[in-house]
Amino acid sequence: MHVEEKLTPETFPAEPEKATLEGKNKFLGFWFFLGGETVLFASLFATYLALKDSVAGGPSGKELFQMPIVFLATMLLLTSSLTSVYAMHHMRNFDFKKMQLWLGITVLLGAAFLALEIYEFTEYVHEGFKFSTSAFSSAFYTLVGTHGVHVAFGLLWILTLMIRNAKRGLNLYNAPKFYVASLYWHFIDVVWVFIFTVVYLMGMVG
Amino acid sequence: MANHTHVQNPKVDVAYRRKKNAEEMKHQIISFTLMIFLTLIAFFAVGYEGFSAWFSVPFILLLAVVQVIFQLYYFMHMSHKGHELPALFLYGGAAVAFITIWAFLTIVWI
Repeated sequence: MHVEEKLTPETFPAEPEKATLEGKNKFLGFWFFLGGETVLFASLFATYLALKDSVAGGPSGKELFQMPIVFLATMLLLTSSLTSVYAMHHMRNFDFKKMQLWLGITVLLGAAFLALEIYEFTEYVHEGFKFSTSAFSSAFYTLVGTHGVHVAFGLLWILTLMIRNAKRGLNLYNAPKFYVASLYWHFIDVVWVFIFTVVYLMGMVG
Repeated sequence: MANHTHVQNPKVDVAYRRKKNAEEMKHQIISFTLMIFLTLIAFFAVGYEGFSAWFSVPFILLLAVVQVIFQLYYFMHMSHKGHELPALFLYGGAAVAFITIWAFLTIVWI
């Protein structure tokens, strides 16, 4: 089966992301990368946990964190994880238009999450909680900010794939690309689950 | 590789695969509902003043781990065949992650 072959729902393989050698390599290589990302975030979480009480006279997490914003952000990102599952569901059914639609919804939800995070950070800065305020503030902005950068990168990645392949339709050349981007998006949500638990909820408990 | 090249009537194969995909999507929605539910419990546990930090911190950490398992095994398809190496990579990363956090929490005391 050729990568650029025009496929029909009948000839489209059940696991299009792994139907070619390139797809298999992308799949494995990407999971290896996610293992590395786990280590990256672990070092940021470790730094945060070690320094979270070193507030140096600045605001503490308990004084800053607002439950409604964190809850809304969590719901947005969790829902965007489901919508990208829908996109991959339609990819496997060889329904390019529906896949694009659900990817579009995922991007919108992700953008809303990012906007909320930017709003949150500007509020904190207005309250005198800057990057250099304390060891806690540096660790907080580095950890949550690195996650935010991942969200921004994921949005650009998915958007680029959508635009670049808009006229091409679905084939075995781009199916692994869409699949790997959706894995990345889920991983961003995995990291966020630990951020809302370890940083925000544990910070509110004190 | 799918075995579609050997199938006598490809239309039957498509109908079967559609059905399988639809079933899987049902499982995905169930796991999404559970993940939302776990998130709600975690937020309520922190909002409720009757719980002490000694209870709520390990409790919400456990909820986070369960939710991440759902995310990995259902949303990221790790429950499917052919995910042995991804599991090795991810658990390798998680092991290093655990040691890093443990080391920082026990060595740093500023």
